[in-house]
Parts: sequence; structure tokens; C-alpha cells
Amino acid sequence: MTRPIRTVAWSAGLAALLVAVVVGSAALGAVSIDPVTVAAAMLNAVVVPSGVVVREVIVPGIGVGLPAPGLEYTPLFSFEVESTHQIIVEDIRLPRIALAATVGSSLAAAGTVMQGFFRNPLADPSIIGVSSGAAAGAVAAIAFPALVPFGSLHLSAFVGALGTAFLVYAIATEGGRTPVATLLLAGVAVQAFLGAMISYMLVQSGDDLRQAVVWMMGHLSNSTWGDVKFALPVTVVGVTILLAYARDLNVLLLGEEDAHHLGVDVERTKLLLLALASLVTAAGVAVAGVIGFVGLVVPHIMRLLVGPDHRILLPTSALAGASFLVATDTIARLGRLPLPVGPAIDTPIVPVGIITAALGAPFFLFLLTRREVHSV
Amino acid sequence: MRGFENDERGDDGTNRDPPVDPEPESSVEPASIAVDGVSRSFGDLPVLEDVSLTVDPGEFVGFVGPNGAGKTTLLRLISGALEPDSGTVTVDGVDVHDVPSKRSSQLVSVVPQDTTLSFSFPVRDVVEMGRHPHRSRFSGPTPEDRAVVERALERTRTAELAARPIDEVSGGQRQRVVLARAIAQATPVMLLDEPTASLDVNHQLETLELVRELVAEGRTVCAAIHDLELAARYCDRLVMLADGEIYRNGRPADVLTGESLSDVFDATATVTRNPITGTETVTAFPNDAGVGVRSEDESDRRVRVHVLGSGQTAAGVVARLATAGERFDVSVGPVTSGDTAAETARSLEVDRLEVAPFESLSPADLTAFEDRIRNADATVVTESVIDSDGAGTRRLLEAVETVAGAVVIATRAEDDSSRAGSTTSPERERGLVATPETILEAIRCALERGRESARPLVDFGSSSSDTGSSSSDGDSSSGVSAESSND
Repeated sequence: MTRPIRTVAWSAGLAALLVAVVVGSAALGAVSIDPVTVAAAMLNAVVVPSGVVVREVIVPGIGVGLPAPGLEYTPLFSFEVESTHQIIVEDIRLPRIALAATVGSSLAAAGTVMQGFFRNPLADPSIIGVSSGAAAGAVAAIAFPALVPFGSLHLSAFVGALGTAFLVYAIATEGGRTPVATLLLAGVAVQAFLGAMISYMLVQSGDDLRQAVVWMMGHLSNSTWGDVKFALPVTVVGVTILLAYARDLNVLLLGEEDAHHLGVDVERTKLLLLALASLVTAAGVAVAGVIGFVGLVVPHIMRLLVGPDHRILLPTSALAGASFLVATDTIARLGRLPLPVGPAIDTPIVPVGIITAALGAPFFLFLLTRREVHSV
Repeated sequence: MRGFENDERGDDGTNRDPPVDPEPESSVEPASIAVDGVSRSFGDLPVLEDVSLTVDPGEFVGFVGPNGAGKTTLLRLISGALEPDSGTVTVDGVDVHDVPSKRSSQLVSVVPQDTTLSFSFPVRDVVEMGRHPHRSRFSGPTPEDRAVVERALERTRTAELAARPIDEVSGGQRQRVVLARAIAQATPVMLLDEPTASLDVNHQLETLELVRELVAEGRTVCAAIHDLELAARYCDRLVMLADGEIYRNGRPADVLTGESLSDVFDATATVTRNPITGTETVTAFPNDAGVGVRSEDESDRRVRVHVLGSGQTAAGVVARLATAGERFDVSVGPVTSGDTAAETARSLEVDRLEVAPFESLSPADLTAFEDRIRNADATVVTESVIDSDGAGTRRLLEAVETVAGAVVIATRAEDDSSRAGSTTSPERERGLVATPETILEAIRCALERGRESARPLVDFGSSSSDTGSSSSDGDSSSGVSAESSND
């Protein structure tokens, strides 16, 4: 089978799996809904732009209404679904599931890129400090709301994440060159520093400690369509551009000098890959907190299945990461494994990061002892 | 050695397939390289200083020189991987440091000395990476890309490995895969850094034959080559680098000389013409040559030595003496033109008394011979001469007996112990016996004895310990042995 056909076949299979996982997840919960109804409700939620309308928009702060053009949407389907079920699926479960899929694919794609970029099997999306920066921003916003000029927790985390990535890159760059080893070490050092800052803020946070810890574990509860509208476009655009650089990433695996000889503009490509991977990670982490192991384990599993070629590895990892996080978040949401019987975890919020690490780490160790995890 | 390589090649039937005919798609427009006043240092350490060099289109230039001379740095500067501190490098008129890597990689391909390929891409995909500079970001490989990759696999004999993961092939195969990648890159200029370093002997030749083929198609090739003989054999021109500068630049025969090897490699070596390939052969000697020959009172005087004999043994003695620094004035003869000893003497510019083959010795030759041995401090006679029954040889030996000072007998390295002392002759009685390797010590012994007393020369046992020979008893001389006289 040639590589393009394999890519399409694997991607189609994983997309089908994602749809199945999404439908299954939306069917499960306090109210069980049968999958056919779920599918109908999901299709009912699909809207298409049908025209342009001019609406009056109140300018905040001034209180004056101004006309602004906007798109008008019309539902594409209208299946017969009980209205409570439609609301449960569309407004309660689907935002969370969509966000899980988005964050899962962004972390898995970013992890794949970072492992290739650093030629290091231990690399994960946060290797240059993106998660630490996000956590610092988020904890600051939680513990010291007055100190953070922009009230939003998500925005604070997003700014912290990108600011940290930029800082690490700037520290590691000298004379127009960014040695990968320096980048790695600068990332470690900055993460250690931010870890200290976060610990200090946690100690000082008082009643907000629990909220901060839950955020740092990574969770998707209370997700809204607004979160999806923020994270999804960033992820889609970022991953699409990364896909266009999959071949450059392959060539970079040969080492920077060889890559230069093969026509890759090494420093520019490195900056672009690093910026996009960090952006995508930051978008995911800002809305979902620090969810570990997705970005480390999913690329390894996919590398075992499809090989090291990023032209097939990157899209399949993104799709598999989406399925993985939707499935694990379903467990977190239910508070138990989605089985007829089983222990229930009696907590109001189970951070999904606990589930991903608790399931991902043993599986990774299993692969490791089978010696199936190769260097990148 | 060279003969052995050819045998090796011949034994392996698969390597004797005729070269694949070049096809149009692999031919390229020839391009020249111009390196102009390039300097580069790493930190405070200057690696290349003001190097200027031009390589003509379709030329195969070898960079030779000791480790650290700057060969790899020069290649990296030409490839554009390394920016020069000053100076310019142009390929086909394009400044490779002034254009995007996409452009320079369409002009120059590189086979690095070692490539990090510790991940399991199939071999074919690695070769396909050579097409990267020619492809747009959004298109798949064209039929032409595929054809070029397949041909590169065939030409480097890696086609049968195409589906194997690159991290599971041997080091030599990997080297050929990287060469295939460079061929697939289809650039007018190819730079090779030690392309034969990790290859066995037949793959070395196969690789360099392939490179010559690529050159014949119009490619310009520069290669850093450690093996001087392979460099001389395959390159049109050699550039010898020493301490970051070009020491010599020219035809292999002009670049590889005893003098240049001594200057640049700090090695004592002879350069002779290989009778099979017709190219230069380098034979290096340990650099302690001449140590122990000088004595305190005569430290600055050169020792005159004449060598009588022919063949391997005489050639070995001449080479050893001629390369032992500035201590000896060597002459040899009479020796037949074309004899190994004569050829060695010619290449080392040693004074020689040549006679035409199959001619008897003329009185003039005999006189010239007598003059030389009379003026010589020591005369070395090879054993084959002593054992010979020819009338001409007898006359020469009589002359040695009459006029020569110290005499040393040179014997072949292997079987000296069995033959030493097996026959008696006046020379054996008064001389020393040594192999070419130990000739310097033997001459020193002979000269010291000559000073101490007239013949008969010194007692055998004591001299053995003088010379540091390891033999415990005198007859089995692996090193130097002296034969005591009966007087």
C-alpha cells in the first residue's frame, strides 16, 4: 500500500472511531440516551450560514448601540428528538465532548511535533514550558484576581503559556541560531522557576487552593461552546499548517545540517514548528488545564502503528488524541468506568488529567517493557 | 595490497556487473566551484585561513591532509552549512551563503561522514528525502521523482534494501543509502566527506567507481579522502590541506611526494608508482628513523652508504635509508633498469647506477661502482648477490672485498635466521647481517666497529646486546646479528 493510501485509510478509520466514541460518550451520563437519538440530536445541532443580517451591537463601556453585520445560521437537519434530550446532548454534553476532542488532538499533534523536533522520545507538548506558563497564569488569575489585568482565567493561562514559550525561545537563541539542546535546557530551567512561583502562589492562595489544584490537574467540566469556539479554530489552523510541514519535519530528523543540505530553511522552520506547536498546546491548556500524558503517549502508540513518517503520523495522532481524550473524559465525567458495574468515584469533579495519567502511564510502561517504544 | 584489492573485487561476482548506463534524467548541467579567500575559526581557533580554490565543471577533486587540517570544514563551507568569517563561496556563480537553502540544495548535495538515522524510516523514504529541494510543499512525488529515486537505489546497489528500515542496515549499507540520497538530489555539485570510511575494500572501490561515473556525467565532485592511495587513484586533482591552509594543489603525482608527506603528515614515507594501477602508492615508515645512528663526535656528518643488490631486499634497504631523515647519502647499483630497487631509488631520487637489462657489466660501470664503494662509509650487500655465481657479480664482490669500508649484509626479512651462516663467504665473516627493518642499527654497529679496530670486526655476542636485538642467542637473529670471524 502506498503511503498516501495508507494515510487516507488510517485517517478515515480513526475519524470513524472518533465519531463512534463521540456518539457513545454523548449517550452516557446521568440520563442514558440511545445512540440513534444522540446521532439525530447531534445532526440537529449542525448549522450552516444562510445569510447576512445586521444586528445592533452594544459597544461595551459606552453603552451606544452600533449596527454590525453578522452571519445568520440555519439548522441543516430537523430530526424528531425529544427536547430535553436535544438540550442534554446539544447544550450540556456536546460542548464538553467537542472540547475534549479539540484539546486531545491539539496535545497529540503538538506532542508528535515536539518529539520529532527534539528527536527525543521524552518530549511532550509542554517541553519548552507552555504548560507551566499556562498554570502560572491560571493560578495567578485564581489566587490573585486583582493582580491579573484581564479577568478571564483562560486568557490569563493562554498569555502565560505563549509568554513562557517565547521567553524560552528568546533565551535559547543566540546569533540567529537556536540549538535544540539549549532550548531543552532553557525549557527545563524556566519550568523549574515557574514551578516555584506556582507553589508559592498555591501556598498563598487560601480558599482558592482546591480550584487551582483542579485546574492544574486538567479538567473539562463546565465546558461551554465559547471554549470550543476559542480552541477549535486555533487547533484546526495550527494543525493544518503543521501538516504542511510534515515532510520538513521528516527531513529535520536527519539532523539540522543534513536538513539544510536538503533544502530546509532550518532556523525558520524550527521557529515555525515551535511557534505552532506551542500555540496549539496553549489553546488546549488554556481551556482545559494541564492534561498530562496525552501528548506523550498517543504519538508513541501511533508511531508503533503507522511508523515514523510525519506525513501519516501527524494526522493520525491528532485524530487518535481526540478519541483518547473524549473516551477518558467520559470516564472522568461519569466518575466511573462506563460499565454496567464498577466502582464509582464519589467526587463532584474528577480531573481528566488524573484519568489520562492513570490509564496512560501503565500502558506506556507496558509498551516500554515490550521494548516497542523506539527512539523517535 | 592493491593486487589484493583487485582479487577481492574479482572474487565477488556480484560486483562485476557493468555499470548501469546513465539515463538523461540523472545528467546535470556542469557547474564550477569558486572558493575565494575563505577564513573560518571556531572560537579562537582558526580552522581555515584565506583558502582560495577553484574546481572546474566535471572535475573530481580530493581533499587530503592530516586530521584537523580543515578538510571537513572546507566541505561544510562549500555546502553552505557553515558561514565563513570572511571570503565567498560560489557554485555555478551563485553565492551559496547568500541564497535560501532550497536554492543551494538544488546546486550542492552532501554525503556527510556520519548521518544520524536512528529511526525506522524505510531506505526508500530516506533516498526520497533527496527530492525535497525539488518538490513543492503541497504536492506529492511526481513520476520523475519516483524514477530518480529508483535509479539512485539501483546505482548504489541499495534497491534490495529499499523496504528495510534504515536503522536495521549495516554501516556500509547506510553510507551507500546516503550516497543514493545525494544522487537523487540530482545536483551539479556533490560533496563527499570520507565516503569510503566505513566501507570494506570492495565497496570502497565500488563507491569510488560510481563517483567517477557521476563525474563522467558532468557532476563536479569534491571529496575529503583519508586514504591517500584511493585519492590518488580516483581523483583528477588533489588539494592537500595543512593547518588550515592549502599546502599543495595539483595532480596526484605532484601533490603526493615524500617531501609533502613529510611536511604535512610529519611522516617518513615513500611514494612509488603502483605497477598495477599506475597511480601513487604511499608507504610510511615509523618516524624514529635515524635515531641512534649518529655518534657524539660525528653528529653532523652524513653517512655515505652504497647498496649493492636488487629486488625487494635492496629496495627495502634503499627506502629505509633514504627516508631516515637527513642522515644518509645513499647510492645504489649497479641495478637493472626497471628492477624494484631501481624504481624505488628513482622515486626517492636516490643516486643509482643503472644498467640495461641483459647486458654484461661494462668496465665503466665497474669503475663507477668502485668509486662509490670507496667513498662510502658503509656498503650494504644483499644476500642474493653473495649467493650468486655470475661472473659479473663475482667481480663486484671482489671490488667490495678490496675497497669497501664497513660491510653489512642485507637479508630478506622472513628467513634470515635459517640462512645466516649457512654458507660462508668473506663478507659474512667480516660483516653484519640485517633485514631492511634493522639496517640502520646494523650500519651503526658496522661503523662503530670500523672505528674501534680494523677487521676482524667485533665479537658477535657483545654487539648483539648493543643493538638492542631481542634475540637471546646469536644465530636466531630476528633483528640484527653479527657473525664472528674465525681469526
